[in-house]
Amino acid sequence: MGMTIAEKIIARAAGVTAVKAGEIHTVTLDYLMSNDGTTHLTIDMYNKLRNPRIADKEKLVWIVDHNVPCDSPKTAASQKKMRDFARDNGITFYEGEGVCHQIMCEKHVVPGQLIFGADSHTCAYGALGAFGTGVGCTDYLYGMVTGGSWVMVPETLRFNLTGKLADRVTARDLILTIIGMIGANGANYHAMEFVGDGMKNLNMSDRISICNLCVEAGAKTALMEVDDITLAYLEEHGGRKPAACFKSDDDAVFEKTFDIDLSSIVPVVAKPHFVDNLAPVDDVKGVKINEAFLGSCNNGRIEDLRLGASIIKGHKVADKVRFLVVPASQEVYRQALREGLLDIFMEAGAMIMNPNCSVCWGSCQGVIGAGEVLISTGTRNFKGRAGDKNSFVYLGSAATVAASAIAGEIVSPYTY
Amino acid sequence: MEQFTGKVWLLGDDIDTDIIIPTEYLALKTVKDMAPYGFSPLRPELAAQIKPGDIIVAGKNFGCGSSREQAPEVIKALGVRAVIARSYARIFFRNAINNGLLLIENDTLCKDVKEGDEITVNVGESIEYNGQTYPISALPDNLLDILEAGGLVKAMQKLNGIIK
Repeated sequence: MGMTIAEKIIARAAGVTAVKAGEIHTVTLDYLMSNDGTTHLTIDMYNKLRNPRIADKEKLVWIVDHNVPCDSPKTAASQKKMRDFARDNGITFYEGEGVCHQIMCEKHVVPGQLIFGADSHTCAYGALGAFGTGVGCTDYLYGMVTGGSWVMVPETLRFNLTGKLADRVTARDLILTIIGMIGANGANYHAMEFVGDGMKNLNMSDRISICNLCVEAGAKTALMEVDDITLAYLEEHGGRKPAACFKSDDDAVFEKTFDIDLSSIVPVVAKPHFVDNLAPVDDVKGVKINEAFLGSCNNGRIEDLRLGASIIKGHKVADKVRFLVVPASQEVYRQALREGLLDIFMEAGAMIMNPNCSVCWGSCQGVIGAGEVLISTGTRNFKGRAGDKNSFVYLGSAATVAASAIAGEIVSPYTY
Repeated sequence: MEQFTGKVWLLGDDIDTDIIIPTEYLALKTVKDMAPYGFSPLRPELAAQIKPGDIIVAGKNFGCGSSREQAPEVIKALGVRAVIARSYARIFFRNAINNGLLLIENDTLCKDVKEGDEITVNVGESIEYNGQTYPISALPDNLLDILEAGGLVKAMQKLNGIIK
């Protein structure tokens, strides 16, 4: 019987010829990524082990991105612990360089790899044909010390994409629509695989946006095939070569296949307080906002900033609205600077921040207060996520966010 | 076969980890310090009401959202004996097992049970409530070993002869 991409990647990592959905396998991991959310906890547990040793330090990538720059003495202490340990043990370490998943895509991940990240949006690496999945700090510790872990082989849901997204409709609208369609646990424990003729109309930024959000449908991972777009991205970013390029076999078994015509997608938002609480933007027009955020591992890339800038150019941010623009990495920031995009945002009255998780994380930048409303390209809108427990978060695309920042209320991205 | 009885606290669908332990409390020193704020955005009084041995019954997709491992740790620190939900988000599931928190899947109990009632759990077999028996399945062996040891690190220490 044929195998899916997910099965092939696990088989490679397990060192076996074939695996089937439902089986549990011991695997060797290609990378173990951890950020300042939980690395200090992993270190505490590591130091309590008898004769602790790191299996392969080359596989570890540690990134400070959630509270950057540091927001409190407590966070300073936990980051120092992470920084010192990385330095003392020769672990690849980034601080202030950008959001973890953006760094991993720009600098490390290659097709065919099996990667654990101590962060739920690790599924983003599917855009590069790699099986990335989120874990907690204990699973991370186990991987750090042994170089591997156990995984149950997931079933795959296939999404066959055709056509092309309409003007000002984005990959963010597409993945939000899919999550709204299947529900917050519609892909629970599954791999979400995206294929089809429509793929050639989705660039790497679109693909990362799509794969990144799949965990919000409960997915274990997201996967895509490797094509010329993937290879060009890898070549531009350090001349990286794939470990393996997998396609699902013609006789692979998928639990379900969905056919999606990209041209049918319209701008949407996820309303408070759930990512699958979908509505077309037109249905929530007029909702007053206090803050707008363009950034995050989902939509903080140059393509998102270009789109936002093209809409806000010549306009001003609405009175009493804060608009935070946060490039997802130093690379994006510097390119936005060169292209004059940051000037456009600042002329409009937006605040440009350093590359970090920022407003999405709801802890150190652009935190919202009681009764406030945020429209955001962040990944989640759970109750209290962005600040006060009595605040409201709407999720939307870079285009919807930029247009709403001008209007001071949620509006269609076609408004300006 | 293990058996225990506990008082039920009833929660709904899609209880996410930002609710189980909001971001602002993750900077607190220990899980014990965080525990009083468990579930606070949804039910601010709940953490103080939960007593050791109590059981949480919930709907679908329990533990969805952020991978923060503090979520199952806080539930355990509150003394919750087990969680019984219609389904679990997978990162939460792994994290809970890795911390020795028992998770049970059952589709219908949450619709029948009332908060404050008592239920009896026969681990790996059934739940008894109000004269009715609800079947439950056993975890795969490798996960059962981890759970019975009290978590992943303890299971490995047992395997390596570091602890008994």
